[in-house]
Amino acid sequence: MIDLNVFWFILLGVLLTGYAILDGFDLGVGSLHLFAKGDYERRIFLNSIGPVWDGNEVWLVTFGGALFAAFPAAYAAAFSGFYLAFMLLLFALIFRAVAIEFRSKRESRVWRSFWDGAFFLASAVAAVLFGVAVGNMMQGIPIGPGGEYQGTFFDLLRPYPLLVGAMTLVMFCMHGSIYLYLKTEGDLQEKVRHWIWGTFGVFLVFYILTTIFTLVAVPSAIRNFEKYPWVWGLVVLNVLAVANIPRSIYKGMPGQAFISSACTIAALIFLFGFALFPNLVTSSIDPEKFSLTVYNAASSQKTLAIMRNIAFLGMPFVLAYTTAIYWVFRGKVRLTRFSY
Amino acid sequence: MDFDPLLLSRIQFALTVAFHYLFPPLTIGLGVIMVFTEWQYLRTKDMQYEVMAKFWTRIFAINFALGVASGIVMEFQFGTNWATYSRFVGDVFGSALAAEGIFAFFLESGFLAVLVFGWDRVSPRVHFLSTVLVSLGSMFSAIWIVVANSWQQTPAGFRLVEHQGALRAEITDFWAVVFNPSSMIRLSHVLIGAFILGAFVVMSITAYYILRGRHMEMAKKSFAIALAVALVSSMAQLVTGHYHAVKVAKHQPAKLAAFEGHFETGEGGAPLHIIGLPDQKEKTVRYSVAIPGLLSWLVHMDSSKPVKGLDQFPEEDWPPVALSFVSYHVMVGLGLYFILLTVVGAVMYKRGTLFQTRWLLWVFVVSVIGPYISNQLGWMAAEVGRQPWIVYGLLRTTEAYSQSVPGGQVATSIGMFVLIYLLLAAVWIYVMNDKIQHGPDEADATGIVAKEGLAGIREAILKGEEGSLTATAEEEEEGSQR
Repeated sequence: MIDLNVFWFILLGVLLTGYAILDGFDLGVGSLHLFAKGDYERRIFLNSIGPVWDGNEVWLVTFGGALFAAFPAAYAAAFSGFYLAFMLLLFALIFRAVAIEFRSKRESRVWRSFWDGAFFLASAVAAVLFGVAVGNMMQGIPIGPGGEYQGTFFDLLRPYPLLVGAMTLVMFCMHGSIYLYLKTEGDLQEKVRHWIWGTFGVFLVFYILTTIFTLVAVPSAIRNFEKYPWVWGLVVLNVLAVANIPRSIYKGMPGQAFISSACTIAALIFLFGFALFPNLVTSSIDPEKFSLTVYNAASSQKTLAIMRNIAFLGMPFVLAYTTAIYWVFRGKVRLTRFSY
Repeated sequence: MDFDPLLLSRIQFALTVAFHYLFPPLTIGLGVIMVFTEWQYLRTKDMQYEVMAKFWTRIFAINFALGVASGIVMEFQFGTNWATYSRFVGDVFGSALAAEGIFAFFLESGFLAVLVFGWDRVSPRVHFLSTVLVSLGSMFSAIWIVVANSWQQTPAGFRLVEHQGALRAEITDFWAVVFNPSSMIRLSHVLIGAFILGAFVVMSITAYYILRGRHMEMAKKSFAIALAVALVSSMAQLVTGHYHAVKVAKHQPAKLAAFEGHFETGEGGAPLHIIGLPDQKEKTVRYSVAIPGLLSWLVHMDSSKPVKGLDQFPEEDWPPVALSFVSYHVMVGLGLYFILLTVVGAVMYKRGTLFQTRWLLWVFVVSVIGPYISNQLGWMAAEVGRQPWIVYGLLRTTEAYSQSVPGGQVATSIGMFVLIYLLLAAVWIYVMNDKIQHGPDEADATGIVAKEGLAGIREAILKGEEGSLTATAEEEEEGSQR
C-alpha cells in the first residue's frame, strides 16, 4: 500500500516538519530580536538559540539533499523555477548565520547594531520566503513540458503566496516567543509573556484568513479529503492545538504551549502535504499533463531503496544526538564567557 | 544586454565553490589538531593544553560558521543553476548529498554546540568525545562530497536509462558508485591537503606569538604539534599526489595530458615539463624546462613507454590546457615547498634552534597562504581538467545548465554574491585578526572558573558591558524602569 515513492514523500514531510518546528522557533526569535531592548536582553535572545540553531538548519539541508536524491525532477524544477526567490533565501541564511556568529565578537555599538539588524532582517525574510514557497506550491506554478518553469519571478508574488508568507512569519514569531518564554526568567520573561498574547492574536487572524483564502483560491486543496475523510480529524486536532496555546499560557504552562504550537506547525505541514499529494509540484498550465508527481519525478526504485536504508541507519543517530544536545543545554539561558 | 546563462552559471559556481572551500579544509585540519590537544590535556592535566584547546575552538567556530553559511549555497545551486544536470545525475549524486546530511552534518552541527558552549556544562571527557565527533563529522562530510565529485570524474556503478524523454544515470551498484576508480585516492589527497592547511594555520599564528614574545609556552607547544602534523602530511601528500596522477592517466588521459601540457603522443618516452606555459593554438609549451622520459616513468614506471597525448582526442574534448597546466603545476610546486619547509623546521626543532631563528619563524608566518592556494588550485585543476564534461564522457557542461533561468537573473545573483562575499571576507579577516591579536585567554584554565564560579563570570560580563557600552547599559536601565 505504501510504496517507496510514497514513503519518501512522507519522509520529506517529516524532515520539513522537523525543520519548521526547530528552525521555526529560532527564525521567530530572530524576527523578534529588535524588540529586545539593550545589549543584555539581545544577548539572552541570541544565546537562547545559540547552541541549537545550526543543528536546526541541518534539517533543511538534509531535506534539500533528500529531495535531490528522491525526486530530482521536482528538485530541479522548483529550484530553477524559484531562482531569484531561492537566491534571496540563500543570502538571508548566509547573513543570518554570520550575524549570529559575529555579532558579539566586538564590543563596538555600531558593529552590534549592524549585525542585530542583519539578524532580524535575515530571519524575517527567510520566514516569509518559506511561506511564499509553500503558497506557490499549493496554488501551482507554470510548469511546462520537461518540468521547465515557464513563468517569471513576479508570477511567484501573487496574493495567496504572499498571505501564506505573512502567516508563516507570524506563526514563527508566536512559536519563537513561546520558546523565549521557556528559556528566560524574571522581568524579561514577564515581558516575553506579554508578547505571546500579541503574536498569538495576529497569528489567529492570519490563520483564519489563510484558511478561508485556501478554500476559495485553491479548491483542489480539499480534493483528497473525499478519499480520506478521516483527515478531517486532523483539522480538528489542528484547531484544538491552536486553541490550547492561549489556555496553557493563561495557566502558566509554557511547556504545554510550546508543544501546542509545535503541533500546530506539524498539522499545517501535514495538511499542506496532504493537499499536494500525489503531486510534488503542481503545474498551473496543465495540472494533468505537466505536474510533477511522486511517480514521474522520482529516482529509480533501487535508489529509493538504498536511500531508505541510509535513512533507517542514520535517523536513530540523528534523533539520539539531537535529544542529547537539547538535554545538555536545557534550562534557562545564562550568559557565560562562552556565550555569543 | 544579453547574458549567457551558461557562462554566468559557471562563473557563479566557480566563485561560490572557491569561497566555500576556504573554510572546510581548515575545520578538517584544525579539528585533528584540537583532538590531539584535548587528548594531551586529558592525559597530562596540563592547563596549557586546555588553554590551547579553547583558543583553537574559537578559531574553529568562526570558520565553521562561514563554512556552513557558504556551503548551503552549494547544495541548492545544483537545482537553481544546473537543473538539467540535476535531472541527469539525481539518481546517483543525490544519495551522496543526502547521506552527507544524515551522517555528517547533524553530527558536526550538534556537537559543535558542546564544543563551543559546553565547557562548563559537560565533563572534560564528554567534551573531548564531542571534539572527536565533530572532527569525524567534518571528515564524513568530505567523504560524501568527494565520492559525489569523483563519480563525476570517473563514473561507475550506473546505467543510462531513458526517463520522461531524457537520458539519466541510474544506480546499478551502490558500492561501485562509492568506490569508483578515483574516489579513495582523491579522498586521501583532499583530507591530507586539509591537514596541511590546518597545521600551517596553527604554525603561522603561533610563530607570530613566538616572534612577539606572547603566550610563549602555549605557542611553542602548539607549534610543535602542528609541525609534526605538517611534516607527516606533506610527505604523505607527495605519495597520494603521485598515485592520484597515475589514476588520472588511466581514467582521464586527456586531463593528465592537459595537466602536463603533453600535446603529441610521440614514439618513445614523454618528457615532464617542470615549468612552462602551454599554447593551445600552437600545440606547444613555451618557456619549457623539461626532463626527458620522466612523465613516462612517473606514469608507467618505464621512461621509454609513450604516454597518451592530447592528439589522441578530438579538440572539442580538450580541457582548457593552459589553466589546467598552470593550476596543476603551481599546486605540485607548493607541495614540494611544504616538504622542504617542514623538513627544515623539523631539523631546527630537533637541534633546539627553531624558536630562536626569527627569519624562519617569519617564513612560517607568511607560508600560511601556501596551503590556501594549493587547496584551491587542486580543486581547480580537478574541475577544469574534467571539462568540457560535467560528468566525464557522459554529459557536457554546455548541456547541463538550467534552461528556464534567464541570464539576467544569474547576473543579478552573481552581483549579490560578489558583494556579500567581499563583505564576509572582510569581516572574516577582521574577526580572525582580532581573535589572533587577543590570543588565548590564560584565564581559560578551568581552575579559575571553579574558583569564581559561574555567577562571578556573569557579573564580570555585565560589568564589562557597563564599562564599554555605557549607552546601551543606560538604555537597559530605562527599559527596566518602564
